[in-house]
Amino acid sequence: MKEKPDTLEQAVLTEYKYGFVTDIDTDVIAKGLNENTIRLISSKKNEPEWLLDWRLKAYNHWLKLEEPKWANIKYPIINYQDIIYYAAPKPKKQLNSLDEADPELLATFEKLGISLNEQKRLTGVAVDVVMDSVSIATSFKEQLSEIGVIFCSISEAVQLHPELVKQYLGSIVPMTDNYFAALNSAVFTDGSFCYIPKGVRCPMELSTYFRINTENAGQFERTLIIAEDESYVSYLEGCTAPMRDENQLHAAVVELVAHTKAEIKYSTVQNWYPGDKNGMGGIYNFVTKRGICKGDHSKISWTQVETGSAITWKYPSVILKGDYSIGEFYSVAFTNNHQQADTGTKMTHLGKNTRSRIVSKGISAGHSQNSYRGLVRASKQATNARNYSQCDSLLLGDKCGAHTFPYIEVKNKTAIVEHEATTSKIGEDQLFYCKQRGIDAETAVALIVNGFAKEVMNQLPMEFAVEAQKLLAISMEGSVG
Amino acid sequence: MLSVKNIHANIDGREILKGINLDIKPGEVHAIMGPNGSGKSTLASVLAGREEYEVTEGAVSFLGKDLLELSTEDRAREGLFLAFQYPVEIPGVSTTNFIKAAVNEKRKYLGQEPLDAVAFLKMMKEKMALVEIDQRLLSRSINEGFSGGEKKRNEVFQMAMLEPKLAIMDETDSGLDIDALRIVANGINKLRSPDRAILLITHYQRLLDYIHPDFVHVLYNGRIVKSGKKELALELEEKGYDFITDDIDLTANQ
Ligand SMILES: Nc1ncnc2c1ncn2[C@@H]1O[C@H](COP(=O)(O)OP(=O)(O)OP(=O)(O)O)[C@@H](O)[C@H]1O
Ligand SMILES: [Mg+2]
Repeated sequence: MKEKPDTLEQAVLTEYKYGFVTDIDTDVIAKGLNENTIRLISSKKNEPEWLLDWRLKAYNHWLKLEEPKWANIKYPIINYQDIIYYAAPKPKKQLNSLDEADPELLATFEKLGISLNEQKRLTGVAVDVVMDSVSIATSFKEQLSEIGVIFCSISEAVQLHPELVKQYLGSIVPMTDNYFAALNSAVFTDGSFCYIPKGVRCPMELSTYFRINTENAGQFERTLIIAEDESYVSYLEGCTAPMRDENQLHAAVVELVAHTKAEIKYSTVQNWYPGDKNGMGGIYNFVTKRGICKGDHSKISWTQVETGSAITWKYPSVILKGDYSIGEFYSVAFTNNHQQADTGTKMTHLGKNTRSRIVSKGISAGHSQNSYRGLVRASKQATNARNYSQCDSLLLGDKCGAHTFPYIEVKNKTAIVEHEATTSKIGEDQLFYCKQRGIDAETAVALIVNGFAKEVMNQLPMEFAVEAQKLLAISMEGSVG
Repeated sequence: MLSVKNIHANIDGREILKGINLDIKPGEVHAIMGPNGSGKSTLASVLAGREEYEVTEGAVSFLGKDLLELSTEDRAREGLFLAFQYPVEIPGVSTTNFIKAAVNEKRKYLGQEPLDAVAFLKMMKEKMALVEIDQRLLSRSINEGFSGGEKKRNEVFQMAMLEPKLAIMDETDSGLDIDALRIVANGINKLRSPDRAILLITHYQRLLDYIHPDFVHVLYNGRIVKSGKKELALELEEKGYDFITDDIDLTANQ
């Protein structure tokens, strides 16, 4: 009889299907970071003086900071002088429409499954695409502007709507917030900007697609979404990168502002290159995402499906300032091979009758480490604040780890905070049962994982839920024998 | 259809099956009886392809194929079904989704198109009636929190959905109340057909009152020590296993 290895113990071998490099003419500046780098970026982007000053201030603050060490992740020291801080595909000429874009570039997006033309015609999803440091194309701009919705790259917003950018940039994530936020503030190159005017329900999903292409380049994008009173927007970001043996740094900042009765739904499908099966290469993903429910009855909802990156350090948070405001965090984090994820959320209840809900589903396979880290805070004024948190972990095999770090700080006696956590494991008994029904181990694991993650997946907009589910399945390929 | 020749199987180095021989032809119903721990479930697991068990000797052919060379899932897709003595709970996966995956994996293997939602629902309705299973069970996570009887009924329901060539039913009758036993047994009877064989593992004559086996075997200490017609089961019910096993133990000790 053949020796059959334990199915769950088999090592992982996944082909990352977005790992190609686009051969395109790129405008790249020299590696390294100093004041001149920042001046160069700022001048390439033709920025106003105030923004350059803001960047320099952030840079000088960053110099005084140290990298945070509290997360449950291990990685070699990052050499910030060995990174390219600006890389942009060179336009052959000024583009008037997408049809004039470099065909190589368009082909890239086809390969990534985001044909801008298709998107335009079929799905009614407005897409902004950011490659390395700059925004390539934003679709549906005209239709959106008719109803007063601004959806463009942040560089464009700096030129066209400087007063809005100036008012909100850094107002939720101050440049001094943390090490990576300070770095981002100094060197951010592009990202998306959305402004939804009062009373407008944005009729389509707004979506940004981020891609790192250039070797040794870091990506530092900045996203700002402002929802005026009684407005609604659903926004989605997706990310991929080529396979490379070196680690690449991604340090983004996202800020959301929801005014009275406004609602922002922010969904992420993060699939940066996770590194190979031995833990070589992959993206270091250090992201600061925070939203403020500024007005009464406002709502911010974060949904994330995290399958990529060698390291994920990310805590999308909500400050519940307005009375009766609602914050939500739905997360699926899948780690495989040698990936490490330390992710969670922070719900800060300031207003009365504020509510928050946290649903975190961590799935670990291979030798990966997956940690949930959450903070629920209710201030003195937060009368009747409510939080419900649920953190579930699913282990595939016995070489991976799942950890939960829930922190609770309650200063108001009427606040109620509930936390539930479970850990489960896919067992050989379950796999045998599935296989006896003709379902192979891989499909069985996919079924179980999808069932486990369903509650979060259901939060995604329809078109993306399907994508996300496929992505989860691809990421799991080979995670069982 | 199934031919088991001199199967020996170990777990953790301990020999549990010590030379099993068994021939099952299409349309036949065989019952296997035997004391606790004699190796009945082990035989079922070995046939189904559970990897913990090491087959050290012997051969099994199933529908002309070398069964032991097939993977667990391919055995299932070829038409071997095992109704588990202890069905496994899988949280988060609805019974309906689970069965749908199973049905379509088998169809894929056989080169057939997957069933569309309408055809699948129609089939579900039909088979639900067969075992009188409650629809509400099917939207719940498979086996999770099911009562003992509900689990068994769900096994027979899956058997009906998967239309196997050979169904091995490991103590499907235990844990069923009197009414459920009758319903489930009738369901199994309706699933009898000239090209389908059934191997019933049971401790009780009462199941065989409903489902009349063509052959009855007694498994004892890893061997089939006696085979006969359905009357053998009645005899066992009356006299217990001692009348067979005492003899064997005697010879073994001599
Ligand atoms: N995984 C295992 N590890 C160790 N021993 C095992 C294992 N599986 C079965 N055995 C042993 O093999 C023997 C046969 O077990 P098996 O489950 O086949 O008996 P059975 O005839 O089905 O009994 P029952 O009527 O109680 O269901 C028992 O002694 C049992 O303890
Ligand atoms: Mg048994």
